[in-house]
Amino acid sequence: MPILTSLLAGLVFGIGLVLSGMADPAKVLGFLDLAGRWDPSLALVMAGAVGVALFAFAVARRRTASFLGLPMRLPTTRRIDGRLVGGSVMFGIGWGLAGFCPGPALVALGMGQVKAAIFVGAMLAGMGVFELFERRAAPSAAKA
Amino acid sequence: MSVDWNAFTPMTALAGGALIGAAAAMFALFNGRIAGISGVLGGLLAPVKGDLGWRVAFVLGLVAAPLGYAVFAPVPGPRIDAGWGELVIAGLLVGVGTRYGSGCTSGHGVCGLSRLSLRSLVATAAFMGAGFATVFVVRHLTGL
Repeated sequence: MPILTSLLAGLVFGIGLVLSGMADPAKVLGFLDLAGRWDPSLALVMAGAVGVALFAFAVARRRTASFLGLPMRLPTTRRIDGRLVGGSVMFGIGWGLAGFCPGPALVALGMGQVKAAIFVGAMLAGMGVFELFERRAAPSAAKA
Repeated sequence: MSVDWNAFTPMTALAGGALIGAAAAMFALFNGRIAGISGVLGGLLAPVKGDLGWRVAFVLGLVAAPLGYAVFAPVPGPRIDAGWGELVIAGLLVGVGTRYGSGCTSGHGVCGLSRLSLRSLVATAAFMGAGFATVFVVRHLTGL
């Protein structure tokens, strides 16, 4: 059952990305280009998403188990440090270069876009590099 | 700043955003987890027992989303202007950055803001700021 709801969540999420135009890097870059001819659409996508999810998280934070009886695994960290900001800045630079963030890249991959496949391959390599460094930094905490 | 009224798509942006929010809501309430794409993907590279199925299912859902969308309407083709070199650099930056920053547009942006997390607000401001700056430099300073 959790696998089915996960599949459905991914599917609905991706359909939302296609409908909103966010699976199109040109449209995302149109939002990030404040000094050019600006397309505010992405701001409304965020507003629409937060407007709906806000209620769900208000319910979710009061629960100790999910509707399926699974443990709630919502983040508890509140730390704001160099790792958070530096990583996010690095992500933002990559986002601004190609107009892809992880979700839309996977959806564009599903459209059979070769360029999306190149991006996703490089992104997975980057995530792999992170895992290697993390494991070297804390071998005892590394997961099997 | 001048708004590109021809590119601006407020209705589909809001509707698509609401679908994204609904997917994040469903994932939080049923699976007890954050619908953060970089986290879901990154976890596949350091698999924990019993954790693989739902991650693969979520990613499959995203990749299958264009097929799901095609049931209702023709899928709009994305425009990917970035060249292969840019895509590789961007992908690496997004991969490493989202893991160090513990999230991307979905985890920090949609879910974090919906949870009213200050940490996610800081991360979102950082990657959005970096995205704006990068597009400004690439489009308006280097004249590419």
